[in-house]
Amino acid sequence: MTLLNPTWTALLYLAAAACFILALKGLNSPRTARRGNLIGAFGALLAVVTVFVSVKLDNIPWILGAIAVGSGVAAPVARRVQMTQMPQLVALFNGVGGGAAALVALLELPHTDDSWVRVAIVFTLLVGAVSFAGSGVTFAKLQGLMTTRPVTFPGLPALMAVVLLAAVGAGVVVILNGWVLLALVLLVLGLVAGILLVLPVGGADVPIVISLLNAFTGLAVAASGLVLGNVLLVVAGTLVGASGTILTRAMAAAMGRSVAGIMFGAFKGGSTAGSTAVSERPVRSSSAEDVAVLLGYAQRVIIVPGYGLAVAQGQHTAAELALALEARGIEVDFAIHPVAGRMPGHMNVLLAEANVPYESLKEMGDINSEFKTADVALVVGANDVVNPAAKTTSGSPIYGMPILEVADARQVVFLKRSMRPGFAGIENELLYEPQTTLLFGDAKDSLTKVLGAVKGL
Amino acid sequence: MDGMSLLTITVLAVFVGFEVVSKVSSTLHTPLMSGANAIHGIILVGAIIVAGQAADPWVLAVALLAVVLATANLVGGFVVTDRMLEMFRGRQRPPSKVDAVETVAKERHQ
Repeated sequence: MTLLNPTWTALLYLAAAACFILALKGLNSPRTARRGNLIGAFGALLAVVTVFVSVKLDNIPWILGAIAVGSGVAAPVARRVQMTQMPQLVALFNGVGGGAAALVALLELPHTDDSWVRVAIVFTLLVGAVSFAGSGVTFAKLQGLMTTRPVTFPGLPALMAVVLLAAVGAGVVVILNGWVLLALVLLVLGLVAGILLVLPVGGADVPIVISLLNAFTGLAVAASGLVLGNVLLVVAGTLVGASGTILTRAMAAAMGRSVAGIMFGAFKGGSTAGSTAVSERPVRSSSAEDVAVLLGYAQRVIIVPGYGLAVAQGQHTAAELALALEARGIEVDFAIHPVAGRMPGHMNVLLAEANVPYESLKEMGDINSEFKTADVALVVGANDVVNPAAKTTSGSPIYGMPILEVADARQVVFLKRSMRPGFAGIENELLYEPQTTLLFGDAKDSLTKVLGAVKGL
Repeated sequence: MDGMSLLTITVLAVFVGFEVVSKVSSTLHTPLMSGANAIHGIILVGAIIVAGQAADPWVLAVALLAVVLATANLVGGFVVTDRMLEMFRGRQRPPSKVDAVETVAKERHQ
């Protein structure tokens, strides 16, 4: 078979890189997002076909078989995963990408004498391994395979320092001598570092870490492009590394956190979360019928959905309740905090899946001034995102995070599982205010009961 | 390609990467992260090159593992992003809305 000449190869790779840029650009707006993603997939297909026709390859049946296995496993999982479990799937896909980059770098080590190429190999090995192991831990946290609370132990900072120093030492020797066995040690050190990096991160901060590790994998892929002399890998990896960094910072800003604080907070002292203590102070709890009356005779209701709604799979019931209220002539909106759900924008996806019209989903900046005019703010399975401590208590872990101003509404109804604090582990003063009513129970069960009662009014 | 050209391309790609996501609304943070995640699955190209040049069975085995992992990243990443974005389709009120309103209205008349 004659191979494609280098000029055509370069042109096709350039076209693929342009597709990736258009993909990221398209993902900026809801209108063009889906098309953008398809353009990205087309670019990837183009690049994969190009590599088959431009490089002299042995083992082609094996390679095609491996591609079939990878697609055969990933595509059905991605198709069928429940939308609530989507964040951990993204973490998983990110991790295996980092792992692949590390393996590619490892296999290229015996083929080079150039110490600059070895620098890129060492970087790819380490960062790819950190991303693989770190993503594995975030997957375990989100999937509930381990606690979502920060895991710390007294020697953690010292251990991390030892691992990093050892990795730097091993890296320098690999760059100077190119020893493959030592590169394997480096790989293991990277895995350990990845685990230690993510263990102390609290549940609420996990999405930011996924985004950060996503940027890491991008950088590892870019470095592997330098190793192989492949411009497309350099461009695509750098694009993801750069955009991932910006995205991580934007996510952290939306939560009022700093990336450095999240990653190193646990090393400086204690964990990134507060207490889990349950207060004994009195609250006003109520029945589904009472809540239905409050809602059914209101003029304007704003529903604030949180992660509790998502885990209870209550988004469809919430959408039905909104319909039932609108049928009574009540104006209903959903107020979406930027980090409602498990990731920024996650709640929009869940509610869109439940057929809530896009115009009913209001972003925080647009709806906050409207709580004053609302008769009832119905908070379903959310806590930290409406906690006034973010504004008033300067020592609080969530201090500075923008919140939804539900306290401005005439009545506030919380549907909660229990009095346990939210992810950040801080008490919510709003629960004890006179205008607040609580309805305890699973979000979906409570919504179903309230919905039934509203229909019966 | 010489080192200087690669460096130039890398630096320009950094700026494009910064620029292209700088004004995105938080609604799309998750799909954007997922889309970027799919794009770095292009490491598949590197894995294919390494596997295609493997002579030793062990090297081939490791390279094929890299191919499997990279394919999972690439294919799974684009599919899951597409599923997320599917949810954003249809700006107008879907038909189920009208049905539900009618049902509720009927119940109230009875």
